[in-house]
Amino acid sequence: MTGTAPDALRFTAVGQVFAAAAGAVEALRGVDMAVRRHEFVAVLGPSGCGKSTLLRLTAGLLQPTTGEVRVFGRPVTEPRDDVGIVFQKPTLLPWASVEDNVVFPIRHRHGRVSRTEREEAREILATVGLEGFDKRLPAELSGGMQQRVGIARALLLDPDILLMDEPFSALDALTREEMGFELLRIWQARPKTVLFITHSINEAVLLADRVIVMSERPGHVVRDLPVPLPRPRNIVTTQSKDMHEFAGHLRAHLLKRAA
Amino acid sequence: MSSQDTSALISSSAPPDDGAAPAAQPPHNWLRAAAATPGVLPVATFAAILIVWEAAARAFAIPSFVLPAPTRIAGGFEAVTAGRWIEHIWATLRVALIGFAVSILVALPIAIGLTRSRILSACLYPLLVVIQSTPVVAIAPIIIVVLGSGDAPRIVITFLIAFFPLVVSMTTGLMATPPELIELSRSLRAPVSREFTQIRIPYAVPYIFSGLKISITLAVIGAVVAEFVAAEKGIGYFIQFSTSFFKLPQAWAGLGLLVFISLMLFQSVVLAQRVFFPWSLPKRQP
Repeated sequence: MTGTAPDALRFTAVGQVFAAAAGAVEALRGVDMAVRRHEFVAVLGPSGCGKSTLLRLTAGLLQPTTGEVRVFGRPVTEPRDDVGIVFQKPTLLPWASVEDNVVFPIRHRHGRVSRTEREEAREILATVGLEGFDKRLPAELSGGMQQRVGIARALLLDPDILLMDEPFSALDALTREEMGFELLRIWQARPKTVLFITHSINEAVLLADRVIVMSERPGHVVRDLPVPLPRPRNIVTTQSKDMHEFAGHLRAHLLKRAA
Repeated sequence: MSSQDTSALISSSAPPDDGAAPAAQPPHNWLRAAAATPGVLPVATFAAILIVWEAAARAFAIPSFVLPAPTRIAGGFEAVTAGRWIEHIWATLRVALIGFAVSILVALPIAIGLTRSRILSACLYPLLVVIQSTPVVAIAPIIIVVLGSGDAPRIVITFLIAFFPLVVSMTTGLMATPPELIELSRSLRAPVSREFTQIRIPYAVPYIFSGLKISITLAVIGAVVAEFVAAEKGIGYFIQFSTSFFKLPQAWAGLGLLVFISLMLFQSVVLAQRVFFPWSLPKRQP
C-alpha cells in the first residue's frame, strides 16, 4: 500500500474505430480516465456513445485503435480473465443448474471444477441472496434472481475489476431499485473496482463514488464528477435533498448536450 | 354519501351478471369433455374417415385397384408371411437409420465449419445448395450403377435426401448463441473446442432437434426411393412389386406400414428430446 500504487484502470487518449460496411465508425475519441482500486465508477451517456466499448477494451476483448489501456499499470494486450463481466441480460446456460452456471467460467477455462470451487460457488450464491437455489434451473428463477446468478458468476474468480454493462436495465423498475441496493451490499462485503455502465442518472448517483459523463459518438469524457453522498447509502439516500440536487445537476449536463 | 350510494348500486348489480354467465352453457357438454381429453379427437376423426371410406368403397363398388376398402387393405397384410414382413421392414428401417446416422455425423462437422470460418462457408455453402437442388430421385439410378448392389448406394441416397435440413438447422443453432457468452468464453481464453462443446452445441440443441424431426422422415423417403430404383427387399420394393402385379390392397398395406414406421421414428426423436433435453423444449402451457 504505497502512495505510488498504479491506478486499477487507466485510459490514455484512447480512440476506437470500427470498420463497417458503410465506412469506418469512430466509437471513441481521446478518452482519458482513471479508476482507483476499489472505486465504484459509473459511466453515463447517451445510447451508442461507446460505453460498452470501454468495457470490452478493459477486458482485453478489443485493442484500442489509438492510445493505451492499462490495468494495474500494465498494458492490456490480450483477453484478461481477472476481470468479471456482468452483461445486460443474465445470459445463463439454460441447461445448467444455478451452481453449474456459477462455476461455468472455471469449467470453461480448465475443463473441470473442484469440490472446493463448488463450495466457494455456494458461498457466493449465499452472498448474492440465493442460498438454497443452487440446484434450480435458470428458467425457474425470476429476472432479478437470474441477474444475481450472473453477478455470482462474475464474482467467482474473485476478480479485481468488475465490469457491469447496464446490468439492471432489463429488469422492472422495482426489481431494478432493489438490485441496486443489493449490489451496494455485495460490494461492501467483497470490495471490487467497479466500472458500471448505465443510462439511468439515479442509478449512477445512488451507486457510484464518481460519475463519468460521456458525449455522443465519437464518445469522450465530458464530465468527471465525484458523488457528494456519504456511504453507506440506502433507501433514505434516495429521498435526500443532496441526491436530488446532484441528480438534477447531472441531468442538466446531459440534456444540455442533447439540445 | 351520494357517491357511496352509486358505488353500492354498481356493486350490487354486478353479481347477477356474473351468475348469468355460467348459466348460459352450450348443450353439447360431452363434446367439450372429449375435446379436453388429449388424443380423443384425432382418433375419432381418423376412425370416422375409415368408416366413411369403407362405406363408400362398398356402396359404390369401387374397384380395388382404384381404392381398396380398409378391410381389403387389412387383408393385404396376409399376402406374405409375418417373417417376410419383418425382413422387408428391417431392410427399409436399416437403410433409413444408417442413412440418418451418417447424415448427423456428416452434418455436424460441416455446420461447425460453416460457423467457424467465413471462407469455408463461402466455399461450401453454394456446393451444398447445388447438392440440395439436385433431384435425388434423378441421380439415384446413377448412384446405384456407380456403387453397385448392397446397402451402400441406398444409404448414400438416403443421406443425400436427409442431410441438408440438418446442416441448415445445426448452423442456425450454432449461430444462435448469445454473443455475450462467446465474449465470456474469449475473455476466459478457453480453447475454441470448449466454446463448441460447452456453449454453442448445447445452445443449438433445440434447433438440432427440429432438424432431426424433418430429417428422420426424409430418411424413410430416401430409403424407399432407393428401393424403387434397385432392391430385392424392403417395403418400397414390396410396394413396387405388388403394383406391378396389380395387387393394390397389399401395396396399400405396405404404404400403411411405411406411414406407421415414419410416425414411430418421428415420435422417437420427440421422445428423445423430452427425456434427454427437457430444458430445450418450448415452455409448456400452464
